[in-house]
Amino acid sequence: MSTTAIIINLLALGCLVFALVKDRGRTKQSIGVAVKSFIRILPTVFIIIVIIGLLMAFAPPDQISRFIGEQAGFGGLLAIAALGAVLHIPALISFPLAASLLQSGAGVASVAAFITTLTMIGMVTLPLEIKELGKKMAFLRNGLSFIIAIIIALIMGVIL
Amino acid sequence: MPDKRKARKVIRGYLLFVATLIAAAIILWIFPDKITAATTTTWNYFLEIIMILPAVMIIMGLFSVFVSRELVVKYLGKTSGLKGILLAVFFGMLPTGPLYVAFPLAVALRSKGASISNIIIFLSAWACIKLPQELVELQFLGIEFMAARLVLTIIFVAIMGLFIERLIEWTDKKRIGISQEVEK
Repeated sequence: MSTTAIIINLLALGCLVFALVKDRGRTKQSIGVAVKSFIRILPTVFIIIVIIGLLMAFAPPDQISRFIGEQAGFGGLLAIAALGAVLHIPALISFPLAASLLQSGAGVASVAAFITTLTMIGMVTLPLEIKELGKKMAFLRNGLSFIIAIIIALIMGVIL
Repeated sequence: MPDKRKARKVIRGYLLFVATLIAAAIILWIFPDKITAATTTTWNYFLEIIMILPAVMIIMGLFSVFVSRELVVKYLGKTSGLKGILLAVFFGMLPTGPLYVAFPLAVALRSKGASISNIIIFLSAWACIKLPQELVELQFLGIEFMAARLVLTIIFVAIMGLFIERLIEWTDKKRIGISQEVEK
């Protein structure tokens, strides 16, 4: 087990003990929520790791690098950011996918842009956002999010 | 019955997984030389995610039950300035549900007097830098990537929030000005 995994598990354990001391009933309820979410997300996790296996076995690193790596340039970055904005996959799953892309030659900037637009911009949730918050705020938030995702990605590409 | 619909959605997820598995098996049957590479990668990723997924789910479950909507509205409703920004980021990061839960909450915050910038920051933090997400990001992409993206996101989301607030206030003022002209 990696250090990171141990820290995350200890954190969960700590929270759990703290919650148990504070309120047993609500802790039980929380575990129920956790188990349900776990069962719900598991198939998606399995699907994505099977796809990652195939991706790593079939897509040669130089191809991935050409499309979303250092060689792809600004156009590649815009394309992957747009893809992230349109796609609707759970954020939790996007990180193993991002890691596999990085490992097989994608650029840091592209991966950062992809994760940021994927989580921050929701085409699927946009109608609801418009309904609740109004057109102006919803479009401004999603539109500007795309721009700041690109800026964040560019800075990360430079510093990492 | 929403419960029934949920159950059906979960079953559909598992069926989709079986379909993916069958498709992958067929592909690997056609290209047997790729079997080792594909299965090794999948197995390694499986180990990496299964070591943290239950813990992440427990943290998510605990926060969603213990941090109530009322608490968020109470604390975020009337704050402003730097403290407001930090609180909006903090409450946005707490794992208390999917994004579509956040929109009604944002409306409630607005009616309690929270500023537009805080609502934008809260929503964006909710979407982009949730605590469980950050943990999985830490596991798969490392501390440098995770920390850099986290800090940059907080900075730029704050700037975006303030900018949108100015913009909306400015256009609203202009519109009120025009409608007053018309009334005269």
